[in-house]
Amino acid sequence: MKILVTVKEVSTVEDEFEIEGTSIAEQYLGADLNEWDDYAVEEAVQIQEAGIADEVVTVTIGPEDCEQTIRQALAKGADRAIRVWDDSLEGVDVLDVGAKTEILRAVVEAEDPDLVLTGVQSGDDSWGATGVSLAEELGFEWAAVVNHLEHDFEDDRAAVRRELEGGVEELTEVELPAALTIQTGINEPRYASLRGIRQAQRKELDVQTLADLGVDESTIEGDVTLTEMYEPESETDATVWEGSAEETASELGELLREKGVAP
Amino acid sequence: MTDVLAVADHRRGELRDVSYEVITAGRQLADDTGGDLHVAVISGTVDKFGEKLNREGVDAVHTVDHGEEFNHDVYTQVLTQLYDDLAPQYVLAPNSVNGLDYAPAVANALDLPIVTDTVGLETDGETLVATREMYGGKVEVTTELEGTAVATIRGAEWSGAEGTGDASIEAFDAEIDEDAVGSTVTGFEEVGGGDVDISEADVLVSVGRGIEEEENLEIIHELADALDATVSSSRPIVDSGWLPKNRQVGQSGKVVTPDVYIAIGISGAVQHVAGMKGSDTIVAINTDPNAPIMDIADYAIHDDLFDVVPALTEEFGG
Repeated sequence: MKILVTVKEVSTVEDEFEIEGTSIAEQYLGADLNEWDDYAVEEAVQIQEAGIADEVVTVTIGPEDCEQTIRQALAKGADRAIRVWDDSLEGVDVLDVGAKTEILRAVVEAEDPDLVLTGVQSGDDSWGATGVSLAEELGFEWAAVVNHLEHDFEDDRAAVRRELEGGVEELTEVELPAALTIQTGINEPRYASLRGIRQAQRKELDVQTLADLGVDESTIEGDVTLTEMYEPESETDATVWEGSAEETASELGELLREKGVAP
Repeated sequence: MTDVLAVADHRRGELRDVSYEVITAGRQLADDTGGDLHVAVISGTVDKFGEKLNREGVDAVHTVDHGEEFNHDVYTQVLTQLYDDLAPQYVLAPNSVNGLDYAPAVANALDLPIVTDTVGLETDGETLVATREMYGGKVEVTTELEGTAVATIRGAEWSGAEGTGDASIEAFDAEIDEDAVGSTVTGFEEVGGGDVDISEADVLVSVGRGIEEEENLEIIHELADALDATVSSSRPIVDSGWLPKNRQVGQSGKVVTPDVYIAIGISGAVQHVAGMKGSDTIVAINTDPNAPIMDIADYAIHDDLFDVVPALTEEFGG
């Protein structure tokens, strides 16, 4: 079995920041492996360690800067990585679901995996839709928001649990090939070992352009345009207690006594 | 004219609240240009559901009697066929776990753009203007797209439609290709049971990512002991395995309504807030004065939890 995992480097934002036009000013941005993808990588590596998958390949859409994040996934146990980038992607400020679907479709078709794992969503633009859209495009089966996956894949089916609202899980079986969107908490992502980090430096990281993949440039312009970005108005009307920790703790203590819930 | 097709959500015999919210959002969009609002309800006791969905502002309810529970392959097939039949400008689905299991597939199958998790929608008949959040709620953005589209709406952002409408309720004769149904729902399970029921607690001491390390939880337990309160948490603490699932407050955990909810190091992501906003009094302890939790807090301490929590424990002789 071969597993393809989508890995995104997401932008993180400091508590205090400024907006310039329709983006956050560069100096307030950091970069990290998307939290959900970390769980997806871990799940794939565990399936490989159980002797069920023979290869785990990651795919990332992103510029050279994000290779450090890709190496992180390789250090955790993925075998090799593909990075898709193109000059034409440089100025795109929203890569919408349709555009991502087109690019990833070309990669999946070239790699021909049995299983595609994506994160439920990314921490920055949070579409939460690419995995399912991609599955439909490929004619794969799928399951969204998976928080448990059986590793035996009996009868070429994946037995999963989908995390519904309100503490209810749905037990579902899907035929392979399939794309599953992986929820946090499905496993405990490992920290990369020093040995893993060293090995990751030597693992294959293949860079592909849209032309290499046979994807038409016009598809990545997408249909969705970002026209405005602003900080949501704070609706807080909280009473703020100020002072030392002892003083604020004493205010809170007073409140608990007033409410009659203090011991 | 902007016709809208809104899709209802149900589970184990009950329509979910967001079904009525998607009606409100759909009615507003249809009103923007004077179009019709169609509602689809697929699988389950659709006749009963159809009656309930006939709320004010609904022009037609289309029922599809096929199976008991949600199946994304069935939903995708039905909705693409309904779309071809009704030619609506917008398809609206809830941004629920099930909504995210079919809406992107419907959009892709129909070659339509999709915007998810919207908190505001407007149209002039040509351009759909959608408001959504980015970076975990730190900013809001406006996105625009032209022509037809699929959109999912965030729960509890629109009020639920009320009253009784005069919609026609019609069975839609969908053709389901069973060979193309490659997924089977085999059951459901309630999780998060156990000896502690956080929804019964009068005071919850609730801890989030701000606690940083598992061993730091000690100060939270000490505070809870001193206050005779119950410990709960936001999702990351349970994901990390530091507390069991039955302690999780939020959309995928428990909904709680204690007299006092003390949120410690919790930023207040929308999924968490959905589970605790009904608390009588909310106190937030967080170093970030802009954290979303402050929007619903009644009292706030903008300070380091590692200073405030031990001080509070001491206050109660712990």
